Amino acid sequence: MRIEAEHLTYIYGPGLPWEKRALDDVSLQFEEGEFVGLVGETGSGKSTLVQLLNGLLRPTSGRVLLDGVDLTDKKAPIWKARLQVGLVFQFPESQLFAETVAEDIAFGPRNLGLSRQEVAKRVEESLLKVGLEPARFRQRSPFTLSGGEKRLVAIAGILAMEPRVLIVDEVTAGLDPRGKRDILTRIKLLHRNERVTVIMVSHDMDEIASLVERVVVLKGGRICRQGLTREVFSDEESLAGCGIQLPTIPHILSSLVKAGWSLPVSIFDVREAARLIAQEYHDGII
Amino acid sequence: MALSDVVTLGQYIPGDSLLHRLDPRTKFLAATALTILLFFVTKVTGYLFFLAILLAVVTASGIPLRFLLRGLRPILFLILFTFIVQALFSQEGNIILQWGFLVIRDEGLWKAFFMSFRLTLLVLVTTLLTLVTSPIDLTDGLDRLFSFLHVFRIPVHEIAMMMTIALRFIPTLLDETDTIVKAQISRGAPLDRGNIFRRLRGFVAVLIPLFVSAFRRADELAQAMEARCYRGGEGRTRMRSMVLHWTDLWAALGALALGLAALAFNWLAVP
Repeated sequence: MRIEAEHLTYIYGPGLPWEKRALDDVSLQFEEGEFVGLVGETGSGKSTLVQLLNGLLRPTSGRVLLDGVDLTDKKAPIWKARLQVGLVFQFPESQLFAETVAEDIAFGPRNLGLSRQEVAKRVEESLLKVGLEPARFRQRSPFTLSGGEKRLVAIAGILAMEPRVLIVDEVTAGLDPRGKRDILTRIKLLHRNERVTVIMVSHDMDEIASLVERVVVLKGGRICRQGLTREVFSDEESLAGCGIQLPTIPHILSSLVKAGWSLPVSIFDVREAARLIAQEYHDGII
Repeated sequence: MALSDVVTLGQYIPGDSLLHRLDPRTKFLAATALTILLFFVTKVTGYLFFLAILLAVVTASGIPLRFLLRGLRPILFLILFTFIVQALFSQEGNIILQWGFLVIRDEGLWKAFFMSFRLTLLVLVTTLLTLVTSPIDLTDGLDRLFSFLHVFRIPVHEIAMMMTIALRFIPTLLDETDTIVKAQISRGAPLDRGNIFRRLRGFVAVLIPLFVSAFRRADELAQAMEARCYRGGEGRTRMRSMVLHWTDLWAALGALALGLAALAFNWLAVP
């Protein structure tokens, strides 16, 4: 599914003393099957943007088109179209409410008005998609699960809607390293196997660099930089101007470059970086 | 729009006017005294005098008038209802309008006008109090003001603390409700479409997570308070102790004088 955002502006509390322009004339596209990272400082407008993309917020001005369908059209019966864009909020486990994992995941498909069999099928499939064994988890209470498992169940609840676009907001926040790795692996597989468009909001540049193809950087409600991951993470200075730091490996390489070494900056693989550094060191001695 | 934009409970507007700086106890007592006095005012001139005082105080506080008027919004219906009931069901005075069984008499119309005006002024006075006093200050003030009730084994401090905590968490829980509502709408919950029953059913999916998180927060807060050795009000000292200044005395006397003046105005005036 292709998403087009045209001249999006969003103002919180217009006319009030605490009026805030969260987004200011932002235009951008997400192509079918893309994996895009959305980054920016706190308050840069990321959360507002993703809520506009699935119609939870109505833009003060501008339009959002999902495969050409205008989400901001008040008259059109768009609630189903909106659900094509699945949004995983920060700490999504706080939305769990049903008595069993299966019931909770079934909430979305039931709201879509699907048949009993179809709902059951989707519950199974989404549990498998997030890597939780249905037989073991189906009947458990969501409140007895570990933090990482809860989050996977919450994500399964979104996947059961079979969205064509998946937006995840800070999806690894507060998890242990293993939980983080699990979730990121699952998202990567979803993107690869189901060809779901993924938009990932994160503060962790290493996470972004290791996964996404394209990066959009927001600052103060405007697009500060955007482009292929390698391009965006190649220039420390301009990124700093957007309030963003380089991922760990490019940061180390960039420091070496400043110290007079001649190395490329936007390398995200540890082994490759190590090899290049060793080679350069070796060449320097000779 | 966020929920917290719509609901304005604890509508304190920070400022540095004389009214803001007064001791919360003075403000509370003055507001109480004025509201009681209001019930003794029965004539137009009395009300006008009262309104003039109120407007003068509002101007001095630097609070924009529209914020004060916003406080009236929730009770607009009540004021209207009072007016209609008084106007229609009064049995005294001369008939000025008759339409079937509906009879409007001049006495009734006067009464309706007075009652709704009184109600409006009552709400304006209390709104002003909450606009210029932060909820924390207000509950602190009440805590101190009523601490003598401790003699009768009423846990004044604990009640005040509960009020403070409740007020403190209203915006937090509103934000949380906002997020959960949005999350469930993203899962197709019929919260923003369909008939009222469909909507209500969808709200289970909001209420349960909200309760879970409220309990978790309560638990965390209790632990944090205990970790700092909180054990109720006995022997507890305060970082900002409340001290009555001379201005408080003048303000109190001023409020009293103005109130009495309003009464005198009321008795002396003809209509």
